[in-house]
Amino acid sequence: MNLERNSFGGLMLGLVLALGGCGEPAKHDVGVYMLLDTSGTYTDEIGKAQQIINFTLSQLNPGDSFAVARIDTASFSEKDIVARVTFDERPSTANGQKRQFQESVNAFVDEVQPAGYTDISGGLLQALEYLNEKDPGRKTIFIFSDLKEDLKEGYVRDFSLTFTDVDVVAMNVTKLRSDNVDPREYLDRLTEWETRVQQGGGQWRVINDLDRLERLFRS
Amino acid sequence: MLTDSPWLSALIWIVLIMTALYLGRSSARGALMALARTLRGQLRLAGRALSRARTGLAERSRQVLLAQGSEAKERLVSREFERITATVNRDLARYPETQRLLSETIARIDEDHQNATDVPPEVPGWSKAVDAVAKVSVKADPTVKHVLEAIHGSLARAEADSLKAYRDASRKRHQLLSRMRPAWQTIQATLKRTDRAVNSILERSRSIDRHMAEYEAIVEGRDHALRSLSTSALVQFAIASLVMLIAIGGAVINFSLIARPMAEMVGGTSYIGPFQTADIAALVIILVEMSMGLFLMESLRITRLFPVISALPERTRLTMVWVSLGLLTTLACVEAGLAYMREVLLQDELATASALRGIAESSMAAETLWITTAAQMGMGFVLPFALTFVAIPLESFIQTFRHVASLVVMGIMDLIIVALRLAGNLAWQAGVVTLHVYDLVIFAPLWMERVSARRRARRAAQAIETAADDPVPAESAEQPINYRYGEAPA
Repeated sequence: MNLERNSFGGLMLGLVLALGGCGEPAKHDVGVYMLLDTSGTYTDEIGKAQQIINFTLSQLNPGDSFAVARIDTASFSEKDIVARVTFDERPSTANGQKRQFQESVNAFVDEVQPAGYTDISGGLLQALEYLNEKDPGRKTIFIFSDLKEDLKEGYVRDFSLTFTDVDVVAMNVTKLRSDNVDPREYLDRLTEWETRVQQGGGQWRVINDLDRLERLFRS
Repeated sequence: MLTDSPWLSALIWIVLIMTALYLGRSSARGALMALARTLRGQLRLAGRALSRARTGLAERSRQVLLAQGSEAKERLVSREFERITATVNRDLARYPETQRLLSETIARIDEDHQNATDVPPEVPGWSKAVDAVAKVSVKADPTVKHVLEAIHGSLARAEADSLKAYRDASRKRHQLLSRMRPAWQTIQATLKRTDRAVNSILERSRSIDRHMAEYEAIVEGRDHALRSLSTSALVQFAIASLVMLIAIGGAVINFSLIARPMAEMVGGTSYIGPFQTADIAALVIILVEMSMGLFLMESLRITRLFPVISALPERTRLTMVWVSLGLLTTLACVEAGLAYMREVLLQDELATASALRGIAESSMAAETLWITTAAQMGMGFVLPFALTFVAIPLESFIQTFRHVASLVVMGIMDLIIVALRLAGNLAWQAGVVTLHVYDLVIFAPLWMERVSARRRARRAAQAIETAADDPVPAESAEQPINYRYGEAPA
């Protein structure tokens, strides 16, 4: 990541130590999977999601992977992936890929239609599958949603998910009308998801202040 | 608890402990003093060993300093001799030619001077005669008139001839004199040149005398020479460190110029340890450039870090100069290319970032782009050559580092020696104080012992009075406590 820049002196010292040392080479690449809630009125928030996607693109480096998928009635499907990319090792090619990715997302935003149901668990399962397949050094899932799951009848999602070494960040968790009536619903919803992620071995964060996106990639 | 009463139990314990301590007093005093003595002895021994090591280090440092100083002076004297040789070859080697030129010029001047001293013929004083003849009356006999006219004509011609001869002679003298002028100037210029050469040699010889005097002082190991060398080494170390820091700054800038485009060449995803391969490749290029610069300086005999290079045959050394210069130039060109590539990549990244932020690109940047591109390329080309000169402060740094490090180590050793001696004395004093405290704890038995001794003395005195004839040993009842704890108590 660009956030971590090694100094020249550190490089000099580290070079000697690194060349002298042995062991398994560490993975430095990052895998990011972003889930976009497109259910009901939350579709209006998609402009903010675009801003986050652009910021994420600017922070990713050659070798990193990024995918954006929508949350709809049945999210455990590769058809819901809007765009995905693994950046080339050459920075110039990676820049071109970023521009193409942005265009794909823009096209999706222009044509997006509100979904009838909200299958967050299915989207998370798809995200875990994608990240495990890429196997990057650092796995992150962004959930751009109000976290209110609304499953269609017959869909089974009450199973545990494995979030080992995965950083799950919920963003722009808006309050629903019912939350205003009883704020405990909102707090319970957050707690429920936090518990589910942490029980699965992952780390949970909530970022509602989108003006300070640099905190996204801080562990 | 020995009894139900805690006070009684405590008292019993105190009495028991006191008795035990009193009974073991002699052994305890011996053990404590032996411990204190051993500690002091060992610490002093360590201090002495360290002091000897420090002396050895100081001596080695002194020898190294003197050797370096004498070598430096030898180089200076050698350099002065080279300069004298150059002056002699340039100016005084043509001395015979100069002497011949001077002799010839002087001979020519002499000859011209002789010629110029020849007196020209005097102007004839015939004018009056000619005028007199001209004034004779023409009314006389026509024959006389004819004769007089003939005489007048002859006289006028003779006067004209004489004037011409006089003017010729004067012109010749002036010509001779004017011919002498460039000869004088030649002599003056030749003498000036010779004077300059001789003065230069005299100046060099004075410098050599001064260096030789300092060299002798160094060889003899005089204190003032050593102090001077030490001060000089410290100053050199400080200056070299400062210049090295500046050079490191240059290397960092150089690194930032080529690290980014390196990722385009070797890929931005591979790592060696925790560092990107591109960064390491950029660093290696800079280090190779510095090595080439070092070899160039060595081959040019500006620095003498590698005696092998200095001792190479002249032809091989010159080949090495050209090879290292060629490699350095190639690497500088590579760096200039990478710097150009960096600018291109930077613009690409800026364009991507602008697109991601939804901001239009500034047209101002495109117009002035060539300035930053040219500046980066220039820096990329120049910095490798600039870093070449790091070899000079590096040499000074390496040469003076040993002396500075020795001074630092000697300072630390001095501190440790003082600390060891202090600790030894403290251990001894702690032993003495412990014995006093021990005696304080068992003051009651000691007091009883003292009272008993007094009684015994009193009884002995009464016995003496009774048997006045018997000699009594002079024994004092008040035996002073033996505070020389190193000895066994009486």
